[in-house]
Amino acid sequence: MSQVTEYSEKVMDHFSNPRNVGEIENASGVGTVGNAKCGDIMRMYLAIDENGIIQEAKFKTFGCGAAVATSSMATELVKGKTVQEALLVTNKAVMEALDGLPPIKVHCSLLAEEAIHAALWDYAQKNQITIEGLKPPVTDIDETEEFYQQQEE
Amino acid sequence: MDRVYLDNAATTRIDPEVFQAMKPYFEEEYANPSSSYRFAGAINGKIQKVREEIAGFLGAKSQEIFFTSGGSESDNWAIKGIADSLREKGNHIITTKIEHHAVLHTCEFLERHGYEVTYLEVDEFGLVDPKEFEEAIKPNTILASVMFANNEIGTIQPIPELGRIAHEHGVLFHTDAVQAFGHIPIDVQKMNIDLLSASAHKLNGPKGVGLLYIKSGVKLSNLIHGGAQERGRRAGTTNAPGIIGFGKAVSLAKERLEESAAYEKKLRDKLIQRVTAEIPYTKFNGHPEKRLPNNANFCFRFVEGESLLILLDQKGICASSGSACTSGALDPSHVLLAIGLPHEIAHGSVRFTLSRETTEEEIDYTVDTLKEIVDRLRSMSPLYEDFVAKSQNKA
Repeated sequence: MSQVTEYSEKVMDHFSNPRNVGEIENASGVGTVGNAKCGDIMRMYLAIDENGIIQEAKFKTFGCGAAVATSSMATELVKGKTVQEALLVTNKAVMEALDGLPPIKVHCSLLAEEAIHAALWDYAQKNQITIEGLKPPVTDIDETEEFYQQQEE
Repeated sequence: MDRVYLDNAATTRIDPEVFQAMKPYFEEEYANPSSSYRFAGAINGKIQKVREEIAGFLGAKSQEIFFTSGGSESDNWAIKGIADSLREKGNHIITTKIEHHAVLHTCEFLERHGYEVTYLEVDEFGLVDPKEFEEAIKPNTILASVMFANNEIGTIQPIPELGRIAHEHGVLFHTDAVQAFGHIPIDVQKMNIDLLSASAHKLNGPKGVGLLYIKSGVKLSNLIHGGAQERGRRAGTTNAPGIIGFGKAVSLAKERLEESAAYEKKLRDKLIQRVTAEIPYTKFNGHPEKRLPNNANFCFRFVEGESLLILLDQKGICASSGSACTSGALDPSHVLLAIGLPHEIAHGSVRFTLSRETTEEEIDYTVDTLKEIVDRLRSMSPLYEDFVAKSQNKA
C-alpha cells in the first residue's frame, strides 16, 4: 500500500468523511461510469432546478480511497453551479481541490469528471436538450453477474 | 486497541531471543568471517553450526545449504542458475500462474532470452493438478518450479507428488517455500525437492537473509559473482548476524512448530467461521484444509480492498489486499484471478495472516471492526445498490 501513504490530508479527509454520499430520489440526472475490472465504479446523482442550476449532488462509489475522495470532491464542486459551469469541473480541478493525487490515482479524477458528464448527459436526454460540449458517456460490461450465475448452477 | 498485526505473511516481528542471539555479532564478533585470523574463525565456526542446524531441520546435509539475501534472491538463483547450466539440455521450464513475482518475473525474464515457460493453471482452491503437471513435461523440460504454499491464499501444493513426477521424467524440481518454511514440516529428501528457497524474516528471524537448498550433485550457475563466500557459489560478505539470527529463528521454529500451528489454526478457524457467518456475501478463498495454519483470505463483494485496508488501518488493524490499488497495478492479484475470481470480486479481497502472538481478543475485535467497515462501504457502493434493487425486483 505504498501509495496510500502518499495521499494528501484532503484526500484522506474526503475519504474518511465523504460529503454527499447517497442517492437522490427522482434525480434530474444519474450517471454511472467506470469499470469493475479496474476496480472503480462511480455513480452520480444530480438534482437540477428549472433554471439549470445544480441544487444537489450525491454519489455512490465502489473503489479505492482516491476514487471515494474524488467523487466526494466532485459533488462538492458542482453543487450550486449551472449545467454549463459544471462542465468546467474537470479532473484537473478535482485534483487541485484535493491538493493532488499520487500519479497512479490520476485516473480516479478522470472518472469523477466522467461521472459528472454522464449525469449531465442523462439530464439532457430526459429533458431533450443539448448541452454544448457534452459527449455521451461510455458504459462498461460487468462480468460479475455471470460468475455468480455459474456458482449457483 | 493499539495495533493488531495480522500481516505475518508480509513479515514477522523478530523474536527477542533471535535479536539477543544476533547482537554480539554486531557489537563484539564483528570480524569478516572470510578473514584468516582467529577472531574471524570463531564466527565461521558458529555459522557452520547454524548451517548444520538448518540442514537438519530440512532433512538436508549442511553442504547443501547456501545463505542468500532472502527469498527473492534464492528464487532468482535457482531458476536462472538451472536455466544457464542446463541450456544445452533444454530450454523449457514449468511453473504455475500463482507463483510469487520473484518466480514469475524471473521466468518472464528468461522468456525474453529464448527460454520457453509453461504457466500451469490451478483449480478454484489454488491447487495444481499433478496430471496436468505431468502432461506439461516435454523432452526439453529442464526445471519445474512450484511454490510450497501460496503467500496470498495459503494453499499448500502436493509437493512430494509433483517432485516425484518431475524426477520420473528427469526434470529438476524447485520449490519456493518462503511461506511454508518454519510453519509446516518440510523434508527435502522425502518430498523429492532438488532446490528450495526460504527466508528468515517470515519465521521471526531478521530481514535480509535467506537460503537456497541445493541438492548434492545438482549443478547450477552462480548468480552473484565475486568473492569465494558460500564455497564459491554466492559472493558477498557473509551476513554473520543475519545468519546467526536465522539459525536461532529456525531452532525456535523447530521447537514450536506444532504448538504454534495448532494455536494459529484455532484462531484462524474462529476468524473464518465468524467472518463467513456474520458478514453476508463473503467469499472465503483458498483450500479449506490444505492451507497454511495462519492464513485466512476473503473477498467481500461490492467493496474494494484498498478502501477496506485504509479503514482497518484507521482502527489499528494491519492486513493486506490483492486489490489492484494496493499493488500499484491496474489488475488485481494474479493469484485471485487464477483461481477464477472476476476482477471486481478480486478487488475486494483481504488477507489476514496470524502469528503465535495473535490473541482471541484481537480476532474478535477484527471481526467486529470488519463488520462495521464492510457495512459502511457497502452502503456507499453502487454495486450493492444495484444488487439490492435487483433482489427486490425478483421478490
